[in-house]
Amino acid sequence: MLTPARETRRARWEDVLKAPSFAYLRASSLAQVFDALAEHGEDARILAGGQSLVPALNMRLSEPRLLIDINPIAALTGIERRGGMLRIGALTRHSEVGASPLVARLAPLIHQAIPHIAHPAIRNRGTFGGSLAQADPAAELPACVLALDAVLHLASRRGERAVSARDFFRALYETALAPDEVITAIDVPVAPQGTRSVFVELARRRGDYALVGLAAEAREVGLRLVFFGVGNKPVEAGAASAALAAGITAERIAAAQAALARDLDPPGDLQADGATKLHLARVLLGRAARALMAA
Amino acid sequence: MSESVDIRLTVNGQAVARRVAARQSLVDFLREELGLTGTRAGCEHGVCGACTLRLDGAIVRACLLFAAQLDGASIETIEGLSRSGEIADLQAAFHQHNALQCGFCTAGILVAAAALLRRGGVPSRAEIRDFLSGNYCRCTGYHAIIDAVEATCRARAGKSAP
Amino acid sequence: MSERPLSFLDRPNSYIGKSVPRPNAQRLLQGRGVFVDDIRLPRLLHAAFLRSPYAHARIKHIDTAAASRRPGVVRVVTAADLAGLCTPWVGVLTHLKGMKSAPQHPLARDRACWQGEPVAAVAAESRAEAEDALAEIAVEWEELPPLASAEAALAPGARAIHDTLGDNLAFARAVDAGAVDDAFARADAVVAETFTFARHTGVCPEPRSILAEFDPGDRRLTLYCSSQAPHMMKEIVLRHFPLAETDVRVVCRDVGGSYGVKIHVYPDEMAVIALALLLGRPVKFVADRLESFVSDIHAREHRVAARMAVSRTGEILAIAIDDLTGIGPYSTYPRSSAVEGNQIVGLTGSWYRSANYRARLRVAFQTKPPMSQYRAVGHPIACAVTEGLVDLAARAIAMDPAELRRRNLIADEAYPWKSPAGLLFEKLSHQRALERMLELMDYEGLRREQRDLRAKGIHRGIGLASFVEITNPGPAFYGVGGAPISAQDGCSVRLEPGGSVTCAISVTEQGQGTETMVAQIVASVLGVALARVRVVTGDTERTPYGGGTWASRGTGIGGEAALQAAKALRANILDLAGAMLQAAPGDLDIAEGWIVDAETGARRIGLEEVGRAGYFRGDTLPPLTQPELMATRHHQPRDYPFAFTNGVQASWLELDIETGFVRLLKHWVVEDCGRMVSPLLVDEQIRGGVVQGLGAALFEECLYDAAGQLRNGTLADYLVPMAAEMPDIEVAHLETPLAGTELGAKGIGEAGTAGAPAAVMNAINDALAPLGARVSEQPITPARILRALGRL
Repeated sequence: MLTPARETRRARWEDVLKAPSFAYLRASSLAQVFDALAEHGEDARILAGGQSLVPALNMRLSEPRLLIDINPIAALTGIERRGGMLRIGALTRHSEVGASPLVARLAPLIHQAIPHIAHPAIRNRGTFGGSLAQADPAAELPACVLALDAVLHLASRRGERAVSARDFFRALYETALAPDEVITAIDVPVAPQGTRSVFVELARRRGDYALVGLAAEAREVGLRLVFFGVGNKPVEAGAASAALAAGITAERIAAAQAALARDLDPPGDLQADGATKLHLARVLLGRAARALMAA
Repeated sequence: MSESVDIRLTVNGQAVARRVAARQSLVDFLREELGLTGTRAGCEHGVCGACTLRLDGAIVRACLLFAAQLDGASIETIEGLSRSGEIADLQAAFHQHNALQCGFCTAGILVAAAALLRRGGVPSRAEIRDFLSGNYCRCTGYHAIIDAVEATCRARAGKSAP
Repeated sequence: MSERPLSFLDRPNSYIGKSVPRPNAQRLLQGRGVFVDDIRLPRLLHAAFLRSPYAHARIKHIDTAAASRRPGVVRVVTAADLAGLCTPWVGVLTHLKGMKSAPQHPLARDRACWQGEPVAAVAAESRAEAEDALAEIAVEWEELPPLASAEAALAPGARAIHDTLGDNLAFARAVDAGAVDDAFARADAVVAETFTFARHTGVCPEPRSILAEFDPGDRRLTLYCSSQAPHMMKEIVLRHFPLAETDVRVVCRDVGGSYGVKIHVYPDEMAVIALALLLGRPVKFVADRLESFVSDIHAREHRVAARMAVSRTGEILAIAIDDLTGIGPYSTYPRSSAVEGNQIVGLTGSWYRSANYRARLRVAFQTKPPMSQYRAVGHPIACAVTEGLVDLAARAIAMDPAELRRRNLIADEAYPWKSPAGLLFEKLSHQRALERMLELMDYEGLRREQRDLRAKGIHRGIGLASFVEITNPGPAFYGVGGAPISAQDGCSVRLEPGGSVTCAISVTEQGQGTETMVAQIVASVLGVALARVRVVTGDTERTPYGGGTWASRGTGIGGEAALQAAKALRANILDLAGAMLQAAPGDLDIAEGWIVDAETGARRIGLEEVGRAGYFRGDTLPPLTQPELMATRHHQPRDYPFAFTNGVQASWLELDIETGFVRLLKHWVVEDCGRMVSPLLVDEQIRGGVVQGLGAALFEECLYDAAGQLRNGTLADYLVPMAAEMPDIEVAHLETPLAGTELGAKGIGEAGTAGAPAAVMNAINDALAPLGARVSEQPITPARILRALGRL
């Protein structure tokens, strides 16, 4: 979905909403994608669901010479269990992920998160991998994969590599994805028995990007708290999580809320300043912790 | 790899073949090339929902797709859904409840609501509001739209109003 | 209800007061509406505009050579190219004393005064190619200091945005009625608050659109435009372009929402007309969503410091307000940008009995997009200020807010009434409306529920807001100020040979149901089925002359013209039928498409027989019989400057005090718009208006930085109200018919928007009250609520 709050003062005000000219490649295999990326480098953009890229193209915030449409590559879609991992193809649409019983059972955090993404028509088109590649700091899925310690599979003509979610998100809209690489799939560790997941967010309107959101996953190995909408990428709240490590009680929740100031230093945006965001993050932390207690 | 692309697709059941500029959006393609003006460009950045249509059976935003992507696809627009009679009851309910004023957003809302209807059952008013949360209407205040969708759901489920 | 005698409108088969589905909605439901962007003409060109990226900047040089050479580009123009084609305009009304503004041109000449002001235009074979060319236009800018805030613009020593005007004060007005100082001195309690209202905008689903087709052969210009007032638009064209009155036609087909946005003269639209004249080809401009945010009129940027004096027995003793507003660098043409402030001064407090009222208004120029009339002009602000004060006063004297209203609303028997600011109310029903509301919402029950929930830590609020609404403006509103805006409307009604009726009327349709309303009236008077009436609107060559649809005048003025035209045609039909049947016309009537015996109802001949005799078989008629099967009547309000309506709204909501989020649970409206032609259409006007008001109360805000740059100019960042956050809205009616017309209808378009923000603000403050917090800044965002609660 659309991100660009046009905060940056532009030297021109063109007010355009027709995409600039570009060439179009309908890729039917990854090999074709790699060739095109190798040839055109940063002049090329990958078109997956397009729900963030196309608005940016229409506004001419991005003016690639070539659009490589990977939608026809069937190998990039699908959801399956592979041992201890749930594999989600990068091109799998949000609506398919949301409707998948496998995801509901094995990655309940993601299942809870999907309905918060935009609206039905957007979810029918937007893709799991596309959302991660876009790396919007207020988006739901980057926070989920970080909370779940998921592994992203990246491929290029140079070969394949696996990158942990922790290493993937680097800065504002910046990821470990090299210009010649494509995300092919995401492996999510299957939730063991007794896992408790809570996904909460506060958005001004249904489907808007969150002012603040929290993906919380409690597993035997520990509690993961990942906030989004509070920084230039999803932020893991280690101090707050540590405050709850010995078990969740009302006192520890208060301590964790206090500790959150060490984890987060949210920049303001159009909807709220940093102080408001920190406050709301504390509220969400309290609510998520109480829900985990009850779960 | 070219700035113009040959596509063959089905639009409202009819086979269409065209050469399109790669940058032409689906909504512009339908309006400019095929004269299907019922799908409307309200914001061209994926927010207002006026260009909602069906692509291979699922609702999508036509301003966030390029026509070039649609080789082999099947598109259904408000014109097709009207002609097939699939949403005749929904349209009648909208008429009865005056769930439209200027009519600019209406096609998008009908196509979106039709997707909810296809799920079956009788959703709550809150669920209807939620499902239509991505379709902007400035005239009606939404209340009558929810009434009309709710009435159609009930009628299809064979239940009368409570 | 009314003591008036039964008329045509009360007959058994009358459509008046009945909710009938709109016949013209069917094609819209099939996607077959025809909006400007749907019109295809041969050799059509598409326009796009280069707009100023700065709030204030000198244009030192523009180079269009490279842009002109782009493929598909037919012409690139700047102000210099249009100089001889279109004369400048100044948006002042002469009756608003002291008002001033500067001349405005289709394209900025040597200086741009807001971010978004059009500077150059491209005409190309497609919109995409026109946009490609924009990037090739080279402008050399010299940035000038912006004056974004109204305060700064009026500060001593502030540089005038327009040197020739001397300062930045566009208009000022003061009212001092009764003995205000005395009243404040003897009050048991005085409450004070400064209310602020964010600048917001209309966001029509169909953006502003115009297609200008010029035929150089006979110098004829046809404008297809998305407008509420085709005749006004024609008059504007004649004033500023070298064209003859006979050679300009304005056509408005379907209009995709307007709400006042599409009734003003916009520089880019004037540039499109100039381009069509220059190029001899049809030129279309559809504002895209991004440029709409910086080029449509904005509204509502006001800061109102207000005080109210009250006695401990609950008598409102006096109200005083001081309103400061910024309107952008130009007063909008031809309605001006002073009316919103002027109406705030006029309306505030006017529905309460207190005779002591003081108001000051200052309207400032600033370097932001022009503001002007948008739905419910001034009302939501006047209402929020008044009703906010009433709730504050109730709290100050520990009286229930409903009770304080009961004690101070003008009594239903007190009319006619003149408000301290000089507004004349013919007959309103505030007291009955309030009682009806309290019953409708189960006020006492809700209060109990609220108390019970509070004990459980759930914070709910109840907000009430009474209001008046200005409708049916007469000629003393704009015409007297020199604007080419007609206060009268006309309707022609014609019997067709087959017995159906064609009706052409100057009020226009933007989805409110204008055509249905007219058909209901005409069908009722003429005794024909609704389906036998065809209504034509939106074409200066096909309808009588008139003002169009704005300021809630369609039914009150246009409906009365339709009623009188239909009555005249009815008399003509009965005259002819009488001649045919050798009966006295007074002994005949029309019912269900038949000429009937008035006494017995027995059918004599069908209307089609009258039509055929009149048009084809004059040979069968008695000598000297000249059938007149078409009649035209006009109407303009003369008795009162405006027809006021009244009502009350209520909001029930839940506040999350940890997050500051508000959930709207329910909204109620009781209103009195006089006689209702269609309760269904009235309800829908109310509901749509309410949601525009709820948007203002909670979401909508054009966020500007200190440099005068819009920070949220996309539909993703500017928050319009969507279905999921909006409540169900229950509407109930009273009917106090308007005197002075036979129809007795007043307007309804503004009422919903007028009262909703006040009701919501009061409900939020009601929920906040036990926590010792309150808010007075709209939109009321979570951050503002949290700040009020001291949680940040």
